[in-house]
Amino acid sequence: MKSLLLPPHPKERRIVFKNAWTQGYTPDIDCYVRNGGYAELKRALGMKPEEIIDEVKKANLRGRGGAGFPCGVKWGFIKRDDGKPHYITCNADESEPGTFKDRYILHNDPHQLIEGMAIAAFALNVNLAYIYIRCEFPKAAGIVTKAIEEARAKGFLGKNIMGSGFDIDMYVHQGAGAYICGEETSLIESLEGKRPYPRIKPPYFPAVLGLYMSPTIVNNVETFCHVKQIFKIGSDEYAKMGTAGDGGTRVMCVSGDVMRPGPYEIPAGGVTLGELINDVCGGMKPGRKLKAIIPGGSSSKILRADETFKIKEKGPNGEMIEKEVPLLDLVMDAASLAAAGTMIGSGGVIVMDDSRNMLWALNNLNTFYAHESCGQCTPCREGVLWIDKMTTRMVNGEGIAQDPATLKNVADNIAGRTVCAFGEAASWPVQSFLEKFPEEFQVASN
Amino acid sequence: MHTHAAPSNGPKQAELIPADLLSKIDEAVTHYPVSKRSASLPLLHLWQNHFGFVDDSGVDWIANRLDLQPINILELVTFYPWFRQQAAGKVCIRVCRTLSCALAGSYEVRDAFCNAAGIDPKAPTHGHTPPVSADGKFSVEFVECLASCGSAPVALVNDDLLEDITPEGTAVILSQYN
Repeated sequence: MKSLLLPPHPKERRIVFKNAWTQGYTPDIDCYVRNGGYAELKRALGMKPEEIIDEVKKANLRGRGGAGFPCGVKWGFIKRDDGKPHYITCNADESEPGTFKDRYILHNDPHQLIEGMAIAAFALNVNLAYIYIRCEFPKAAGIVTKAIEEARAKGFLGKNIMGSGFDIDMYVHQGAGAYICGEETSLIESLEGKRPYPRIKPPYFPAVLGLYMSPTIVNNVETFCHVKQIFKIGSDEYAKMGTAGDGGTRVMCVSGDVMRPGPYEIPAGGVTLGELINDVCGGMKPGRKLKAIIPGGSSSKILRADETFKIKEKGPNGEMIEKEVPLLDLVMDAASLAAAGTMIGSGGVIVMDDSRNMLWALNNLNTFYAHESCGQCTPCREGVLWIDKMTTRMVNGEGIAQDPATLKNVADNIAGRTVCAFGEAASWPVQSFLEKFPEEFQVASN
Repeated sequence: MHTHAAPSNGPKQAELIPADLLSKIDEAVTHYPVSKRSASLPLLHLWQNHFGFVDDSGVDWIANRLDLQPINILELVTFYPWFRQQAAGKVCIRVCRTLSCALAGSYEVRDAFCNAAGIDPKAPTHGHTPPVSADGKFSVEFVECLASCGSAPVALVNDDLLEDITPEGTAVILSQYN
């Protein structure tokens, strides 16, 4: 793995990436403990479980996997004393195009993840936890497995951890190359050894009927790491780093046509899109202008460089004022991107310059979704293939005049008609590319 | 490519299981105290890591080991893109195809890998059975996002993630794995 050990940019605040980016830091347990590791687990074991969940709620931690659900609220769905076995599963199946943060944590700082998971396990009365790592991270699986063995040998995992009377076993489970397994109910099916067809909600909310039909919490790698950091920093301090309702820092993964692509850990809402691209990432390549941004992983709706958005914000006297905000002045937090009609998602920002053809880019994503549809629901199984075939023929100059309208029609009939959010994930790019760049599809279809 | 593998004339994989594979399998099953079926994917990985692919005897053996029907294992082999029913190259090259890598030239990189390995670039780009060079040394295929978009274009060569690959650099990469 390429070392990206640049010193932090002034706009960054590295918390979950602090160790992973520190020169000379090694992933073994001795290094972790030397740097204060497992102190937060020890403290958490002395707290009441409900106090732990309250801390996570107060920290305003939102899940970092894409959906952005408040983590503490999710944990609150588990009834600790319902007599059923409970499970936690870490989603390290990172596959959303444009997202690339997990590898740095898994390779360089695996104990941070293990500690966060152990704290969660204690809070949620869990004795068995799995880390679902995509098999395209073979080295990460080895590193994390070794870290789990080290933690067990030191008494941080296993029976009666740190003399608390609490038992927690943890194992790595490798995926097998399917994007759908990042969907939490699909991940659970995969972990049960089945074809990973997502489960329908209701009734199969993981917190109610999850792994082995028992209450289960699935959280992203970055989310579990933030849990540890909340206990290190304190929930008030942690919440203050971010914005109201979106606490702490976020790893923004920037790729595409910028000078310095990379993962950057930024306080939530701490930069605008313009500062992220032009300042943190060094701007566009020489002689190139910004054309479009996909702000939160390939499933998020694309934004156009010359767009403006009507955003409501609090004025000096507390009243709500509507403001017209250009694209690059959008603040990078969950609420602002939602107000702009898209989402911060998994934090994967894909930047495209004026040399890029939007039909070509959409076709690339359509091929991705066509490859990854699990095939359970007919609208998705059939629709994503039709969409991919249509944009492929348009790219090949064989499009027909009604293709853009047909594309939109098919996408509109996938979204909302499937068991899982893959239907939306595959439709939003089509809908938003067509809406934002109609001229590129018209030209191609004539 | 969702077909049952063609029968081969050689010995069946299930007749050739070494002791260390067996002990790894036994260990993996212990990780799933609630349901043995959960060990399906881990056992398939161990099997494929050893044999290079999973033949019909492997499907039957794993199903039997976990008290399942063969279809319970076969449906996994045919669903998950990682599993194979025929051998890939000894050096398996998986080039990331998705947007950030494509913006950085992954299609050119994939073609260059094909040319350097003696594989027709017009061969299928995806599938459970990738195109393999005539000497069996290399297979080249596209895979979807490898989650390393900041150092695009990237490829997984066996277990190694290679980053910032150029078409010109592909021949050197192959020579390092020769």
